[in-house]
Amino acid sequence: MFDYNFHWRPVMKNLPDLLEAALLTLQVAVLAMILGIVIGLGLALIRLHMRGPLRWLASCWVELARNTPALFQLFFFGFGLGAFGLHLSPYMIVLTGLTFNCAGYLAENFRGGFQAVPDTQLRASRSLGMTAWQAYTRIVIPQVLRIVYHPITNQMVWAVLMSSLGMLVGFRELSGETQFFASRTFRIFEYFAVTAVIYYVIVKIILLGSRLLASRLFRY
Amino acid sequence: MEPTISFFSGFTPNDLLFLGEAALRTLWISVLSISIGTVLGVFFGWILFEGKWAAALTVAPVLDIFRSVPLIIQLVLFYNFAPIVGLNLDPFASGVVILTIYTAALVANVARGGIEAVGTPMRRAARSLGMSYWQDLRHVVLPIGGRAVFPAWVGVALGVMKDSALVSVLGYVELLKASQILITRTQEPFLILSIAGAFYFALSYPISRYAASLEKRWAQ
Repeated sequence: MFDYNFHWRPVMKNLPDLLEAALLTLQVAVLAMILGIVIGLGLALIRLHMRGPLRWLASCWVELARNTPALFQLFFFGFGLGAFGLHLSPYMIVLTGLTFNCAGYLAENFRGGFQAVPDTQLRASRSLGMTAWQAYTRIVIPQVLRIVYHPITNQMVWAVLMSSLGMLVGFRELSGETQFFASRTFRIFEYFAVTAVIYYVIVKIILLGSRLLASRLFRY
Repeated sequence: MEPTISFFSGFTPNDLLFLGEAALRTLWISVLSISIGTVLGVFFGWILFEGKWAAALTVAPVLDIFRSVPLIIQLVLFYNFAPIVGLNLDPFASGVVILTIYTAALVANVARGGIEAVGTPMRRAARSLGMSYWQDLRHVVLPIGGRAVFPAWVGVALGVMKDSALVSVLGYVELLKASQILITRTQEPFLILSIAGAFYFALSYPISRYAASLEKRWAQ
């Protein structure tokens, strides 16, 4: 049927390496998500409650992250910062790039979440004698979390998919490792086909896990 | 006079022209794939809505693959797969094919959401006024559903425009690839990346703001 001999053996031989690289992909994506959630929460709160330069800075962050390609952001952290003598390792490039991007997108989701929780909830909890901290951590944030749970899951999937850009800045996560092996054996199609399957499985596991977690978290 | 040899030369106005041409190429590949992809995507969305379980077993999983595998892997895979089946596609054609399918996969979900947003009572009303199925689709579902999901579609389109930067892995010289070429020659990463980033931002920011304001106005 095809005028081409598929050679899957080299891929199978390197499969353990690819799976190990997949763990690196997951690691960088999870780290970026954790940092992204924390920073994104901060950015959303700043944009909602503050005035002045800090708010302007937060807005810049969010708009830049959302309106430029992720690859551009990676290049910027990779080469652009080099102009200031700041040279990051490939791992750090991908981590900072992903964090920057995730924080920007999540900030917008969080802002929507906060706006969806009525002001009266906060006022009611304050008038019950809660401190601002208590009111936020016990009343507002749990409600926001419920609203932004689905977007966070989506962003997690995006983070895994986006980490594949590491290939272009010399980071040997799943895609980078695949390219490394592929260019050594010239079995490009076979290697990338297997990698595509691995990504698909990772994404499905994340979605399944998030659904299971949601059914436990949001039972009532 | 002593001859000096330098491998690097500064940033000249000509380079700006080079970047401009590359920006046009980015625009061209985006517009092409977004427009074809949207038409296909709306068609798929209609199939997903009407096909019920038959579509859920056939079309949906295929579209799902394109959303669960990184675009960069899809591009490399297709570019290396095409010659196997006897197609000799240049980077541009491969890029358009994959970006189109990718757009279609994303738009399909949006379109299905749009059709669902119209609601059965409205459609029954249209049919009982004597409209045919296609009249109902054209004069009721399209305006109402289209309006409901237009902002989401703008988001998808802008996302694809930004993701078109990835076609550079195949060697297509779009904006980001052009800036990389210039960086290698001039060693001025910060300036050139800023120009490239500003172009994406200038394109994406106003459109996303416009979509957000439309969404707000239509929500009232």
